[in-house]
Amino acid sequence: MTQPTPLLSVRDVRIDYASSRTTVHAVRGVGFDIYPGETVAVVGESGSGKSTTAAALVRLLPRAATVTAGSITFDGTDILAAREASVRRLLGRRIGYIPQDPTVYLNPVMRIGDQVAEVLVIHKLADRKTALISAIEALANAGIDHPEVRARQYPHELSGGQKQRVLIAIALAARPALVVADEPTSALDVTVQRHILDHIGTLTRELGAAVLLITHDLGVAADRADRILVLSQGEVVEHGTPDEILGNPQHPYTRSLIAAAPSLHTAGGTFLTRARQDVSADALSPTPLLEARDLAKTFGRTDDAPRAVDGVSLSIARGRTLSLVGESGSGKTTTARIILRLVDPTSGTVVFDGEDITQLRGERLRQLRRRIQVVYQNPFASLDPRLSVGDIIAEPLRSLKLAGRGERRARAAELVDLVALPASALARKPRELSGGQRQRVAIARALSVSPELVVLDEPVSALDVRVQSQILSLLAGLQAELGVAYLFISHDLAVVRQVSDEVGVLYHGRLVESGSTDAIFDTPQHEYTRELLAAIPRGPREPAITRGEQHS
Amino acid sequence: MSEFALVRPAEARAVDATVADDSAEQSTSRTRFVVGYLRSRPGLIVSVVWLVLLIAASVVPTLFTATDPLATVGTVRTAPSAQHIFGTDQIGRDLFTRVVYGAQLSIRAAAVAIGVGLVVGALIGLIAGYVGGWVDLVLMRIIDVLLSIPGLLLALAFVVALGFGTINVAIAVGLTSIATNARVLRSEVLKVKHSVFVEAAHAGGATPVRILFRHVLPNSVIPLLSLLALDFSGAILAISSLSFLGYGAQPPIPEWGSLISGGRDFLASAWWLTTAPGLVIVVTVLAGNRVARAFTGEGTIR
Amino acid sequence: MAHARRERATSANSYGRYVAGRVAQAVLVVFAAYTASYLILWSLPGDIIANITGGDATDLTAAQIAQIRHQWGLDLPLITRYFDSLGHAFTGDFGRSFTSSRPVTALIAEALPATLQIATLGFLFAVVAGSTVAILATRARSRWLSNLLLGLPPLAVAIPAFWLGLLLIQVFSFTFHLFPATGNFGPQSLVLPAITLGIPTSAMIAQLLAQGLAKALDEPYSDTARAKGASPSRVQFRHALRNAAIPALTVSGLVVGTLLSGSVVTETVFSRIGLGRLTAEAVSAQDLPVVQGVVVFAAVTFVVVNLLVDLIYPALDPRIITVAPQRRLVLKGA
Repeated sequence: MTQPTPLLSVRDVRIDYASSRTTVHAVRGVGFDIYPGETVAVVGESGSGKSTTAAALVRLLPRAATVTAGSITFDGTDILAAREASVRRLLGRRIGYIPQDPTVYLNPVMRIGDQVAEVLVIHKLADRKTALISAIEALANAGIDHPEVRARQYPHELSGGQKQRVLIAIALAARPALVVADEPTSALDVTVQRHILDHIGTLTRELGAAVLLITHDLGVAADRADRILVLSQGEVVEHGTPDEILGNPQHPYTRSLIAAAPSLHTAGGTFLTRARQDVSADALSPTPLLEARDLAKTFGRTDDAPRAVDGVSLSIARGRTLSLVGESGSGKTTTARIILRLVDPTSGTVVFDGEDITQLRGERLRQLRRRIQVVYQNPFASLDPRLSVGDIIAEPLRSLKLAGRGERRARAAELVDLVALPASALARKPRELSGGQRQRVAIARALSVSPELVVLDEPVSALDVRVQSQILSLLAGLQAELGVAYLFISHDLAVVRQVSDEVGVLYHGRLVESGSTDAIFDTPQHEYTRELLAAIPRGPREPAITRGEQHS
Repeated sequence: MSEFALVRPAEARAVDATVADDSAEQSTSRTRFVVGYLRSRPGLIVSVVWLVLLIAASVVPTLFTATDPLATVGTVRTAPSAQHIFGTDQIGRDLFTRVVYGAQLSIRAAAVAIGVGLVVGALIGLIAGYVGGWVDLVLMRIIDVLLSIPGLLLALAFVVALGFGTINVAIAVGLTSIATNARVLRSEVLKVKHSVFVEAAHAGGATPVRILFRHVLPNSVIPLLSLLALDFSGAILAISSLSFLGYGAQPPIPEWGSLISGGRDFLASAWWLTTAPGLVIVVTVLAGNRVARAFTGEGTIR
Repeated sequence: MAHARRERATSANSYGRYVAGRVAQAVLVVFAAYTASYLILWSLPGDIIANITGGDATDLTAAQIAQIRHQWGLDLPLITRYFDSLGHAFTGDFGRSFTSSRPVTALIAEALPATLQIATLGFLFAVVAGSTVAILATRARSRWLSNLLLGLPPLAVAIPAFWLGLLLIQVFSFTFHLFPATGNFGPQSLVLPAITLGIPTSAMIAQLLAQGLAKALDEPYSDTARAKGASPSRVQFRHALRNAAIPALTVSGLVVGTLLSGSVVTETVFSRIGLGRLTAEAVSAQDLPVVQGVVVFAAVTFVVVNLLVDLIYPALDPRIITVAPQRRLVLKGA
């Protein structure tokens, strides 16, 4: 078999980001080929250089970035060195680009149809009239319902999934030979993610287009790609078929990535079972610590206002973890905020340790804060930027007047140690810490008053996979040690499986299914739960392997 | 340590490494950052130096000139020279000296205007933003009404009511700036109030008063400083305009706006009489705006 | 489809309620502005009798003062006078000038055309100069040129208008003899005042538009356009400009206010007849009715312009939906 010529050749690309203080080498000598019709996935964490590489391919590098070396050759044109006008002839026409976050990548004041048609008009593939007809066709192909109606609408009238389909229509309208998809679904709900990825796969296969898929999720990459490149700190550390990468990873970084990916392993037990190994089962008393009955919450005054939470009942035992799973708008965060008594429910009761706390006000509510604490999703926003880590951790102790100055200092030192931060972190400001370190600080703050229940609102969804698994392991360990109960809010079933005793599935404000973690995962009853489970990527499957053989 | 073995081993070291890494050079890197910050912003340095000199001139004008601002020291209307760097005016007084002494009145008037406008405006904004509800609604409707009258006209109405003179003009300018200040501070307070870390403090059992003083106010200081610098520039401009129109300082007392007004009749023969004090106003306003931008527009020094 | 039709029907309905709400609010603001200016002018300290008689009131007998007080209604309590004047204001009667005894409305009507001339010219100058600077600054290939252009608006904002007028006179009237320095004679005399009036406004427009353009060009949707192969001009004019220009419209009220207050200084510098000059002289003479008349006129203008902007805004920005209960503009999906 003769070696086919690659469609795209990336050779030793190096890209720096210059800031006033330092120069960051974001991409340090990346090289790979893409052959016609194949799907190549580039996997890496934030800061690995994967998105910078994608941006270089379509010449959309931010101004602070400079290409210091290398070439990207597409069909004989060096994208990095060629004149802008000749690169423009390729973009949109031969190379389609599907960006990361559909909510911001469409022009808000331009009709959908015009935005799709524009790519055809620019490349003179159609005149003004026929372009709109072709655009409607492209929208229909991308799986948009009522494309002729949608074409006249504006982006804000569409859901996130629909917007991503519009962007797919734009990328594919001119039938390109290569599609660069930069994390095309990470801003979408999990069930939508799967449909979108399926759709990209089907359409590009029909077109015979090659795909470069940028993703942080090794599972997604393994599901969808013929070949995988693992990127770490701007370098390709490993390269192979999904089977090779998952079955026989060579590089320690790849191995750590696989070990951390929650969707890819359950062998060896979850963080929960590992953490509880040496705690005998009956040491945990099963009396409910918190019970919520028939919680409902309506925003707005009218009767027909949508219910954010609609008849949710749940119970959490001492020292155990209940997880609430659902997509955006499912009411999971509102439920958590009701239990935290940050919002009042429209109806229903919350009973904590035998006491009805639904109506608590003023000083008694403040005293309840000692027993129920919270960790927020975004550790960049939840810490006061002007306080030191030590002050942040001791803040609840000070607010609730639980300790004097000396005691607070000692407790803060103890707590940073407990969450595995060095003592030197105490004097730091939050901005000097990484995301994972900040989340440790937030956990330490929540634990400072020795609460009985901690509400964890998506505590790891803003973090990279490997940091995610460190934090989950920390949380499980702390629970085994301190006997604290968790209410764990997440959109990610794979993460939930790692830490939960019980799982509740929320859908449109209703609790559609609940039960033990095993029961939910092994014998899901509700249609929606099954769909959520199906959305978890599981590694390579048959169709992905069959196409990539010719050149490997 | 062994009891936590479960949580710790490898990752604890990894975390340690990244934090410890920069701990040694922490203090030096900070000074280096500040030096680098200023070095890349020569305009900011010039602005700060200019403002410091101005304030010095307004407190001790004799630092810069030994001449009497009201005394005739040379021939009438001599062009700028080494002896009189801004020239002399229509009755032979040294213009540079008069501009220096003019700073005294202009800067003090600006201080009065800022005092009135920023204190009252910030207070209204703070209360409206922090208390919210109907208090916010009522206060903001009043602010809307004040904003519906163009600034200079509102200041003129206050001047008519209060009477003429530099201090009254300053108070009028201050009163006029209340509305904008209240708006800016309210939006800053709302931004901080709705931030996650404030809710976290609330969930941590902090009282509203504690949240206000420990979290909301300290995080609103930087925008307040920026507002202060902006107000300074605005006040200098507005006060000089009103003085130019003749409602402020009366001759022979020097004030920047009235100096320009006095030079108006000699535009064709003695350009420096209007040009020199005008340039001083422009540079002062630019300096104030530049300092304001340092607090907001670009990377902030914290 | 049926769903879409229903949506449009309710949105037409809610637009009606939105308009009604905005109009009611505008009327309320004008009323409040009238009240505020009345209270400021008539209740604060200051010797009203001296103002009326034009200076010294000391040589008047007590009987004469009482007669003047009665003639101007000053012997009545403030609240009575306020409601009385409010009633008259409704019929367009803003009282008579202290100095000339002529109706305030007539004085304003006479002075307005001259001011409108320079304000209109100044506004056109501001829009053209402001947008040219903004567009060139974001288009300029050389960073040097771009920075130079972006430096212009902050400089223009820092220059006192009265001084700018004097500089223009010095250069264009006394040095080059191109335009007359003062007066209301012929179109030649409009140029320098219009530029003086327009420059602060042009700086405002340039800054706003340049910021908006820079932001829009950095927005991800501009990247989408570039990834389609769109040229820089296409990205700027088809995608960025519209997104940047719509928000700029919201400062129209402020622009009109700036032009009105600018006329006070400009007309004084150029010794022109007009609304600004009327105001300056009324302030000097502490002619309360005229000052209040001008203030209320400015507030009405401001409110009407803002109302017009609010009413056409939903047609320009598709994201704006009108929410009836709050009667406010809501930016959806942003």
